[in-house]
Amino acid sequence: MITLIDYKAGNLTSVRKAFTHLGQETVVTDDPGQVRDAEALVLPGVGHFCTTERLATSGVRAAVLQAIERGTPFLGICVGMQWQFAGSTEAPETQGLALFEGTCKRFETTLKVPHVGWNQIRRTPEGEHSRLLNGVPDDSFVYFTHSYRAPVVSGVSAVTTYGETFAACVERDNVFGVQFHPEKSGDTGLRILKNFCDYANERSTR
Amino acid sequence: MSTGITKRIIACLDVTKGRVVKGVQFVDLIDAGDPAELAHLHATSGADEIVLLDITATSDARPILIDVVQRTARQLFVPFTVGGGVRSLDDASAIFDAGADKISINSAAIKNPEIITEIAERFGSQAVIVAIDAKRKAGAAVSTEGTVPAEVYLAGGRIATGRDAVEWACEAESRGAGEILLTSMDCDGTRKGFDCPLTAAVAKAVNIPVIASGGAGSGDHFVEVFKAGCADAALAASIFHFGIHDVRELKAQLQREGIPVRLPC
Repeated sequence: MITLIDYKAGNLTSVRKAFTHLGQETVVTDDPGQVRDAEALVLPGVGHFCTTERLATSGVRAAVLQAIERGTPFLGICVGMQWQFAGSTEAPETQGLALFEGTCKRFETTLKVPHVGWNQIRRTPEGEHSRLLNGVPDDSFVYFTHSYRAPVVSGVSAVTTYGETFAACVERDNVFGVQFHPEKSGDTGLRILKNFCDYANERSTR
Repeated sequence: MSTGITKRIIACLDVTKGRVVKGVQFVDLIDAGDPAELAHLHATSGADEIVLLDITATSDARPILIDVVQRTARQLFVPFTVGGGVRSLDDASAIFDAGADKISINSAAIKNPEIITEIAERFGSQAVIVAIDAKRKAGAAVSTEGTVPAEVYLAGGRIATGRDAVEWACEAESRGAGEILLTSMDCDGTRKGFDCPLTAAVAKAVNIPVIASGGAGSGDHFVEVFKAGCADAALAASIFHFGIHDVRELKAQLQREGIPVRLPC
């Protein structure tokens, strides 16, 4: 069972639909108790970084940290991945989880911002044996839509270039994050979500 | 230098009464098939996105057909945009709940521009496309400054607004639109090519992606609209439906011309 965290920003339908397609049951919640006890957590995210503030005030942030501590598989998508960093200049008052170091910043490029469309991901040396990217060749195309990007630091398993190189995937122990939208990235995206499900299912039957 | 990002090829399904149709310059509609089947077919043959437009929702003053959206979204794992008859935040919410990733607003945005901001604040700018149906002003030439006088039309091209297309695109961006879908009414359905000067004028005036639409008839037209038209994406309907072009074949041509595209698809 995958628990999708709802924080009333954006639209969970597409992410839920992709898990259903993979034969995975899902439940949507904003209840800290359910988050704490989840078998696997997914934080989808679109929109402004400040919307994650709701996760702190509702008690979900603390519950997510407890779940991670217990080894619960956790996947953050888009802003959900950015939230795993210390913060974002999009909303300097709002704290991220600081599971990865550094702050998300707006693209500094003469290219159009937001970065919208299909772009390629490439493993970092650290991401060579990434579980999330198992079976996904380097230079595969995935769908992005974002204006802020996370830095390439320890824990980054794949990068993408748009004027500058930024973190496309992060992975450390039971924590995973993707800047792009796997639920909108065709077969490549479905493979990434399946890898997460396989990891989560393996762990829950152990 | 390569930016890394690819130019997008978007397959558009013009739908009325639950069926995909195609007309010439917005009239004389003929049946082209089932939306869910065609969406799946285009996605598997390499379309980067699917757009479904209910082209008579506004003129019939009825909401969009939610069951068609649901059925089309179910097996689609590329970005999916829905438009036609979106008048309120509630209309947009129902479409997102049915499985769309973006909504396209046209008439309602002109009549009530605040709706752009309302939907963008709730669902994010990335989920809001402002569609502009534009027609060149009769007798007005492209000026030496590169301005292209074109007027915005409403309700599927039925009502003239007196507004300038480039100016309206800029306002839409400032109100929170994430992309502009620009349809040339002069070129739509003619298969004689996109309106590249108008597309370039809009693409240079805004800092959000511009999707060119109207006039696709050959692979060369897509090459032109990405090069001379500075489009970030190009949309076509009829040329894909009847198998004249396969998206895969089109992308192979674009790649040969040095235009970055998503391959293999």
